[in-house]
Amino acid sequence: MAQPLRIRATMIGNIADVKVIMNHPMETGLRKDAKTGQMIPAHYITEVTATLNGKKVLEASLSGAVSSNPFLGFKLDNSKAGDKLAVNWVDNKGDKNTGEVVIS
Amino acid sequence: MNSLRRNLLKGAAGASTVVVAVAAGLLKPVQVMAAVPRSLFEAKNASDVLKAIGASTAETTAEIRIKSPDIAENGSVVPVEVTSNLAGTTAITILAENNPTPLAADFNLIEGVQGVIATRIKMAKTGLIRAVVKANGKFYTATKEVKVTIGGCGG
Repeated sequence: MAQPLRIRATMIGNIADVKVIMNHPMETGLRKDAKTGQMIPAHYITEVTATLNGKKVLEASLSGAVSSNPFLGFKLDNSKAGDKLAVNWVDNKGDKNTGEVVIS
Repeated sequence: MNSLRRNLLKGAAGASTVVVAVAAGLLKPVQVMAAVPRSLFEAKNASDVLKAIGASTAETTAEIRIKSPDIAENGSVVPVEVTSNLAGTTAITILAENNPTPLAADFNLIEGVQGVIATRIKMAKTGLIRAVVKANGKFYTATKEVKVTIGGCGG
């Protein structure tokens, strides 16, 4: 199972600056295993959703072209300290993970 | 309601069903804004991607800024930050034009998200990073060349 999401959400003035790192290999399916000579199957996060106090604010569709352990940075102008910021992801195999922080 | 739902789920009439549903007030416009279809991530040309999302005639603008290294030593990890100064930005799409499949990521800014998205992508070789932005229903675009010394798609 993937490790927990690392989420930092801090208020800078009226803007919440959010930085997320998701633990995931993000295999494109184009790489060959050096030892076996077999192609490593595609395995990457396909959808990411961010919610603010339970309400969806951002949706992302990713591909294997996003670097492993995907980083996502975005800013919200409709939040304040104490609000709950949750991020969840699903990958092409149906695995998922979710994390939540309180905006500080 | 049930037959409409069944039709929508079947995708029977496709876009027209959705349009009728919106007009009938059954679907709020924000729910109609679908993410790009997964099949677009298989497209082999950037122009095919743009055509499919309706952005073939996207206006090139300096209001979109792409921040990424001029030279990426590791093509597996190229930081990209797209900033859109266009009012009403609702979507930011990132392509690496010389990748086997150029569409890298698509972001749907639903509520309260400023027009800035940062991430890290893989680039197979030197080429243009293209950002497509949807703002107030219209498409805009900008590019930035990144030189890649070691390609990042593996193999």
